[in-house]
Amino acid sequence: MAVINITVNGIKISKEIADNTILSDFLRDDLALTGTHIGCDTSQCGACVVHLNGNSIKSCTALVADCDRSEITTIEGLATNGKLHPMQEAFKKNHGLQCGFCTPGMVMSAVDLLKKNKNPSEQEIRDWLEGNICRCTGYQGIVAAVKDAASKM
Amino acid sequence: MKSFNFKSATNTKEAVKLISGRATFLAGGMTLLPAIKLRLAAYSDLINIKKIKGLSGIKVSSKSLRIGSTTTHAEVAASKEVGKSISSLAILAEGIGDPQVRNRGTIGGSIANNDPAADYPSACLALNATIHTSKRKISADKFFTGMFETDLKKGELVESIEFEVPEKSSYAKFPNPASRYALVGVYVAKLKKEVRVAVTGVESCVFRCKKLEDALSSNFSSSAIDNVNISSKGFNADIHASAEYRAHIIKVMAKKAVSSC
Amino acid sequence: MANLVGAKIERKEDKKFLTGKGRYTADINLPKQTYAYFVRSPHARAKITKLDHSKAMKAPGVIDVFTGDCVAKDKIGGLICGWKIVSQDGKDMKCPPHPVLAKDSVNFVGDHVAVVVAETLEQAKNAAELVNVSYKVQRAVTRTDEATKFENIHEGIDNNLSFDFLLGDKGKTDEAFSKADKIVKLDVVNNRLIPNAMEPRAAIGDYNTSSDELTLYTASQNPHLDRLIMSAFNAVHPEHKFRIVSPDVGGGFGSKINVYAEDVVVAYASKKIGRPVKWVAERSESFMSDNHGRDHVTHAELAVNNEGKITGIKVDTIANLGAYSLVLAAVTPTYLYAPLLLGIYDIPTACCTVKGVYTNTAPTDAYRGAGRPEATYVIERIVTEAAKEIGMDQAEFRKKNFIQKFPHQQCLVHNIDSGDYNAHLDKAIELADYKNFENRRSQSAKKGKLRGIGFSTYFEACGVAPSAVVMSIGSGVGLWESAEVRFNATGNVSVFTGAHSHGQSHDTTFAQIVGDKLGVAIENIDIVHGDTDKGPFGMGTYGSRSLAVGGTAIVNACDKIIAKGKKVAAKMLEGKPEDIDFKAGEFILKNSNKKKTIGEIAFACYLPGTFGDVNSPLPEGVEPGLIETSFFDPSNFSFPSGSHICEVEVDEETGETKLVKYTVVDDFGTVINPLIVEGQVYGGVAQGVGQALYENAHYDESGQLTSASYMDYTMPRADNFPQMTLDYTCTPATSNPLGAKGCGEAGTIAAPAAVMNAVIDAVGTDVQMPATAEKVWKALKKNGSKKAAA
Repeated sequence: MAVINITVNGIKISKEIADNTILSDFLRDDLALTGTHIGCDTSQCGACVVHLNGNSIKSCTALVADCDRSEITTIEGLATNGKLHPMQEAFKKNHGLQCGFCTPGMVMSAVDLLKKNKNPSEQEIRDWLEGNICRCTGYQGIVAAVKDAASKM
Repeated sequence: MKSFNFKSATNTKEAVKLISGRATFLAGGMTLLPAIKLRLAAYSDLINIKKIKGLSGIKVSSKSLRIGSTTTHAEVAASKEVGKSISSLAILAEGIGDPQVRNRGTIGGSIANNDPAADYPSACLALNATIHTSKRKISADKFFTGMFETDLKKGELVESIEFEVPEKSSYAKFPNPASRYALVGVYVAKLKKEVRVAVTGVESCVFRCKKLEDALSSNFSSSAIDNVNISSKGFNADIHASAEYRAHIIKVMAKKAVSSC
Repeated sequence: MANLVGAKIERKEDKKFLTGKGRYTADINLPKQTYAYFVRSPHARAKITKLDHSKAMKAPGVIDVFTGDCVAKDKIGGLICGWKIVSQDGKDMKCPPHPVLAKDSVNFVGDHVAVVVAETLEQAKNAAELVNVSYKVQRAVTRTDEATKFENIHEGIDNNLSFDFLLGDKGKTDEAFSKADKIVKLDVVNNRLIPNAMEPRAAIGDYNTSSDELTLYTASQNPHLDRLIMSAFNAVHPEHKFRIVSPDVGGGFGSKINVYAEDVVVAYASKKIGRPVKWVAERSESFMSDNHGRDHVTHAELAVNNEGKITGIKVDTIANLGAYSLVLAAVTPTYLYAPLLLGIYDIPTACCTVKGVYTNTAPTDAYRGAGRPEATYVIERIVTEAAKEIGMDQAEFRKKNFIQKFPHQQCLVHNIDSGDYNAHLDKAIELADYKNFENRRSQSAKKGKLRGIGFSTYFEACGVAPSAVVMSIGSGVGLWESAEVRFNATGNVSVFTGAHSHGQSHDTTFAQIVGDKLGVAIENIDIVHGDTDKGPFGMGTYGSRSLAVGGTAIVNACDKIIAKGKKVAAKMLEGKPEDIDFKAGEFILKNSNKKKTIGEIAFACYLPGTFGDVNSPLPEGVEPGLIETSFFDPSNFSFPSGSHICEVEVDEETGETKLVKYTVVDDFGTVINPLIVEGQVYGGVAQGVGQALYENAHYDESGQLTSASYMDYTMPRADNFPQMTLDYTCTPATSNPLGAKGCGEAGTIAAPAAVMNAVIDAVGTDVQMPATAEKVWKALKKNGSKKAAA
């Protein structure tokens, strides 16, 4: 057990946690931020993607202890003052989601892409989303949404 | 997840000292953490080495490129220095896992784990790398000893990997369609003194392909590969590819690598 | 307000999902909750010789451990087959016992043996390792084509044959074949798939010891059916004291239709310990224990005459049911499959046999398309081969054999009410630029790639379906659907549907229908589903039925609201009900400017009085309130159809196939929301492409599932697809007032044949699904490719 200091969606948190606590479990169980989903056990589906100090990571494969003094952004922290992030808007407009389960990870991953590449080509978008599996959309609406968001951000 | 203690080391000495009993080093954790979660491995202590100053970073000279062990794949992929001195290495890094894995996974973690289908071990062999550890220098030729096994002794920490800057080099990967690891990965490098060809994904451990090296040493062109006969004996066979297919793909990837050198 | 139907409207449900506020079963945590972890069989086939859980019982945090003996003692019933098939000899299909926790034997890797309930998940997992099960391992059979030759895996089920089904006229078909100018033969394997909804299954049992009420939260496509089955067959709890909630569900694709052992066990365990019991599948458990799909081995023959007309079809299929027979396991490869083998062609006679066999593999059941993708694959592959063999253009050959007049009674089962097959094929050919395909083939050749083109002109029978019909052929329930429309006093509307949305977008499409019908703004309409305590009994969502059947129930309930509203309006406007028109939310007295809005009428219905006036606005005999319920039982299935044209490029050296162009023109009848329909088609095609090129559930000879994670089971990813082209034609369905036909499964049904026809066109010889790089490479080599052999 150790006390960790972590900022989640702009809120500073100081909490004693077990050393083996996985970030996704901490977000879901301790902070009730259940928008971060668990879809697999081999770090491949991407439903759990959050940002750690601005970079997208798979929160199912990170220890909270390892994120001490870090900043985490989850899907719950993306909209500001009730206004959807342009990526969220674009997913809505382009029907980039159906069942919604992969969506938080997909959106967080896509936001990171546009941070690193402001105007990605369709192929670059598809390549970047390699770590996010969606079973509903055939990725068509998702790719369209990312393109759309890029044009507006 | 089974319990363990998490300890962060601030320098190499401390890290090494903390290794006792069932303890191990934690770098990116991209393989280690899923293995613990799936109960395929259990440890008493995970020693975090990412806070150790000097273990991360890229240094380049005219002859060699040295990458600190906790440098992430994303950092290698985006590095201008790497791109200039050994661009094939940056391309390799860009093709490891997915963006989230690249943001966390490290070169040291990858080679210490020595997954039979990992990409970096092939780069180490082909680029005649020297592995600098907390104890010694190990040549890549001696470092990778078997499936998930290396020459590292208990408590020995990889500090950096020093690659020889080649005249030409390229890595061609035929990914496993599911995991996106290398089903076959071929790293070809024309070094000052020799041509090296390393193959990953094909046997229980990365290896140098002597036949391809010989063919390319006398004629560094993809046509030189045409007449090389690769035996599939001892090659991996699984639901994704037979040994025979892997043998065929080695040639195709080797040609691809040579032509994009 | 009008014309919501047909408009591209953004989804009402999106905001919660996009902000992380969806509420899936795993997101629910209850006070005093405990955690369940299942002990599963590591063997494909074994006798349980001893089960000792005494050590586990003493482990830290353990509350209880339940085994097959416990559930047997408490008379918890086994899992059922919900739709039974009769063999051609008139005998009922054979179903082995399927206890929720194994008692004497296990029959597939992942079979549930015991459950540990503990204070934390970690404690439950640790204790599960202490449950000592002794197995006497037996030889296992996994291959579909070997099952009937293997020793009996279930007592009393000879040759592992559950049923031997026959549909069609054997005599007449044999005669047609004896007169045929040409007989085209084809052997195909329909590979086993794992549905892989992104939300793993989850269930929480919550028993209230004082009120005797049991609540089960579960990721289900059909909570009412679950409750019915768990009450009537599993004897978990009486239906009136049993509530099932399926909150947000992260994809189903058929894999969340069944009542699973885990559902029954957590409900049972909660009753036993008096605390909530939560179970969430790990992905590896999903791979092992969710129902799988497909898994057929088929021989087909097509009789053709010299003019290019198809004169008959014969199909013999072996369908792998897995270890047990699940709810729709038997109907899927029979009635949902065999009638569809005719495709959209006017074929005078047909004969199809299906042997349903048991093996030591995970049970199979409905997976998106359920029977129809398998059938479409057979007919669309063999039609393509036939065109090739007689030297006709494949589009021309199809057109020559298309059904042209509607309604059309097919020679097997279906009476197709409407369609225009030439229309969608012509449109697809144009959009796909078929005429210039050979140019593109040459362009690809210059890059060293082999390009191929494939067609799939499909139809499907969906909107399941007329209750009397389905029950006459073995269904355990009628497949009507319910709706309740509550027009609230304050002018907004709550709609309760028996359908269930787990990605289908009912919150939006159903609201569009109601908005148009009642003249209410879409934001003032709420669609409620997924809770047996809220709406009337409903059948749930599968078989592309929600709009055609569930949507119609909503329309009918709205009509009842309007009819009642007219009576009330008539009194308030001092006219006769027959003189009241209803339009865009207003009741208008004919030939006058007197009108009342539907909101005013609703207000009057709930508050039938005014201060100082004792006259009710309600006519005599009209009850207060404005709530109407409808149960709709359709007169027929609905029959969407369409044309898919696929182009692939094959790397001749590696055998790797890349999808480069995909065109779809569908006839779904009336389209409520094109944005949503496009999404359904894209997603469906992706799953079909997955089957054709990537996905395969693989068991080794000992019965181990070797593709039990995303490391080995190839899920299609974003980089596997090009941008697709989509369009529509429209012939409205006549079996429902909306004219809707259903769109949820179409992509998955059509795509495998389109893709494989393209691959085979490129390669020049037969390849079985999935067309992995190695398989294609081997086919190329066999076909004499020098590059592949190099």
